Amino acid sequence: MTTQSPASRSPGAQGEPAPQEAAVGVHRIDVTPVNAAANRKLYKAREPIYPKLVHGPFRAFKWVFLAFSLLVYYGLPWVRWPRAVGEPDQAVLVDFEGRRFYFFFIEIWPQEVYYITGLLIIAALSLFLVTSLFGRVWCGYACPQTIWTDLFIAVERFFEGDRNQRMRLDKAKWSPNKLARKLGKHIVWLLIAFATGGAWILYFHDAPSLARDFFLGQAPATAYIFAGILTFTTYSLAGMMREQVCTYMCPWPRIQGAMTDNETLEVTYRAERGEPRGPHRRGESWDGRGDCIDCKQCVAACPMGIDIRDGDQLECINCALCIDACDAIMVKIERPKGLIAYDSRANTQKRLGAAKRGTRILRPRTIYYAVALALVSVVMLVAFSSRSTIDLNVLRDRNPNYVQLSDGSVRNGYTVKIINKNNTEQTYRLTIDGPAGLSVSVVGAPDAGPEPEFTVGPDQVGRFRVYVTLPREALTAASLPLTFTVSETATQTEAVNPTMFQTGVGQ
Amino acid sequence: MSTPDNEREIDAVSGVETTGHEWDGIKELNNPLPRWWLWIFYACIIWAVIYMVFMPAIPGLPGAEGATRGLRNHSERVNVARDMAALEEARSVYFSRLTEADLSEIESDPELLTIALAAGESAFGDNCATCHGAGAQGARGYPNLNDDVWLWGGTLEEIRRTIRYGIRSEHMETRMGDMPAFGRDELLSREEVNDVAEYVLSLSGHSEDAAAVDRGAETFAAQCAVCHGDNAMGNRDLGAPNLTDTDWLYGGDRETVRETIWSARNSTMPAWESRLDDAVITALAVYVHSRGGGEED
Repeated sequence: MTTQSPASRSPGAQGEPAPQEAAVGVHRIDVTPVNAAANRKLYKAREPIYPKLVHGPFRAFKWVFLAFSLLVYYGLPWVRWPRAVGEPDQAVLVDFEGRRFYFFFIEIWPQEVYYITGLLIIAALSLFLVTSLFGRVWCGYACPQTIWTDLFIAVERFFEGDRNQRMRLDKAKWSPNKLARKLGKHIVWLLIAFATGGAWILYFHDAPSLARDFFLGQAPATAYIFAGILTFTTYSLAGMMREQVCTYMCPWPRIQGAMTDNETLEVTYRAERGEPRGPHRRGESWDGRGDCIDCKQCVAACPMGIDIRDGDQLECINCALCIDACDAIMVKIERPKGLIAYDSRANTQKRLGAAKRGTRILRPRTIYYAVALALVSVVMLVAFSSRSTIDLNVLRDRNPNYVQLSDGSVRNGYTVKIINKNNTEQTYRLTIDGPAGLSVSVVGAPDAGPEPEFTVGPDQVGRFRVYVTLPREALTAASLPLTFTVSETATQTEAVNPTMFQTGVGQ
Repeated sequence: MSTPDNEREIDAVSGVETTGHEWDGIKELNNPLPRWWLWIFYACIIWAVIYMVFMPAIPGLPGAEGATRGLRNHSERVNVARDMAALEEARSVYFSRLTEADLSEIESDPELLTIALAAGESAFGDNCATCHGAGAQGARGYPNLNDDVWLWGGTLEEIRRTIRYGIRSEHMETRMGDMPAFGRDELLSREEVNDVAEYVLSLSGHSEDAAAVDRGAETFAAQCAVCHGDNAMGNRDLGAPNLTDTDWLYGGDRETVRETIWSARNSTMPAWESRLDDAVITALAVYVHSRGGGEED
């Protein structure tokens, strides 16, 4: 640990010289929580935050989760999945040109976009449930802003060192050393940002061929534009803006207020155990004083620039890095861990004797969210598992509405669209139910007979012209009901489309 | 501006100089233009100069045709010609197949049929719909192409021939049939025309005057049966319609039939050979044939 010069002390510490040690062997960090409400003015330029590296179970979990989620994001477009001939073999692909969404064994057509809507509803309800149980863990662990910012800070640490070295480097005059470190950091940032933007576009085209075309300058302009946009946003949001995105831009911190309650587990400083805080001297008794030695390790670790000891704050993303920082100190000074921990207001009140009940996992709010989540999931699952492999769409000609033939019979034309969602070619038999005397003919197949069969290629829409003629004696009303039914000959799966026959009677 | 300092008026409230104009006691402040606005204005001027260098810009200079060409040598006319050529090129793959294919093959080949129907529908909308209607449903004097009534034949080959050479057009190979204006040209008297009309109506069961029908039948046999046939079933070589069916091109009421016999109709259709290329004409024939009334060879 390095000693700090008096000049770098925070304004709040001026006047009385702060002791260098918070306890025996524990350095007292001179740090101001720049984002704490008391220190932040309206119309104030951003003050840089230099989060200090901590070690502990939460930090370890965050590293693992970061590696896993980035691996998924960068790697997923390269995963192959065998499909029928003529279909893309990319496991996850949003194919705008072919108008399909592929996700491993699932293939969604544009008219089935409600599955995506359902997924979004499930995602939203899951977020509500998790937030009401554990606060903003999404923000602290899973949000892309947090993950990429974490990664960018790690790069920064690699080039510029940990908190103290970074602060010193920023204050130092420009030198070849400083230039090299800053340049290296920004180059790696830009490379990561470019990889992020580049990976994004791979979800929309065949990854290997698009990647090749991209570097040969032959990819479509949209590929370059979107890669550029994502490169820019990654670089600026994760590199430059960081915690400001969460504090000023993101609506989620505001919404979370409606999700959490007294029994939500949030990162909490147990003030009743920590106060009164103050430096602990060698041999001093722990009786009559709090466990907080005011070392400010929690403040130095905070990527949001707040002091968790000020209580619940809008800026807190529940990332638990302060828990790791504090626990390490507690071990060192041989006090129990958990001065800062995931805890609820209800638990705090119970410990203070103000309430009888502590945290309940099962409470109306979590039950509502869980039930809603289960309901939507079941509906989606049923809808998906009973998803039909065929679709029938019958469009009656409107121009002309009907055609009178020379013998007095009347003919209507229909465009029949059969959607084959199988990945194999299928044959479909069309039957038309209607008044007696009805006759059917198909354009391009004069010998089709009364129950024509159509072949539709794998994963395609077949479009056929069908004429229905009714003899003069069947024309009993201005319009008569007809029912078109197609049946997949291999499986006997049916799709039905009722329609009308216009006779022209009375016109 | 050039107002002397001692004449400038400063607004007491805002401390800003006024323009000196006054309307009913309301004065206009002379605020400067916002800086950002000025920068955009200057940027536009610079952009205009650059644009004039690179793009066609200054008209009427001696030596320049139309306008200065600009360094990029840009021409919308050339661009359109290039796009059209690219379109023709892209289409030619399919169109050459249409031209080469035997007519009867097209309908049994699903891919060719799809191409022909798409091209035919679009060409029909551009060229034919004006008279025959967007749905080919026809109008008075313009045949309905959806039904099974054909003046000149409803097979693919006959339809293509009609489209290619037209009806009573100026083309040498045109469909030709000429009905005399029996009344106007005084070939038949007014009474005879009325009697023939009565006979024609009786063929589809629309006459009650048996005596007139009998008189008309004689005249019909002498004057009309040459083209329309002894049994009035028509003659497609001459475009003479079948008079016994329920379909009337101009109308089946008594007055209209009399008028048709009196002054004849002889409607026309242009020859499309000189306006559309062969593949489009073939596609049109397939499209019309597919409208439901097409006949097999």
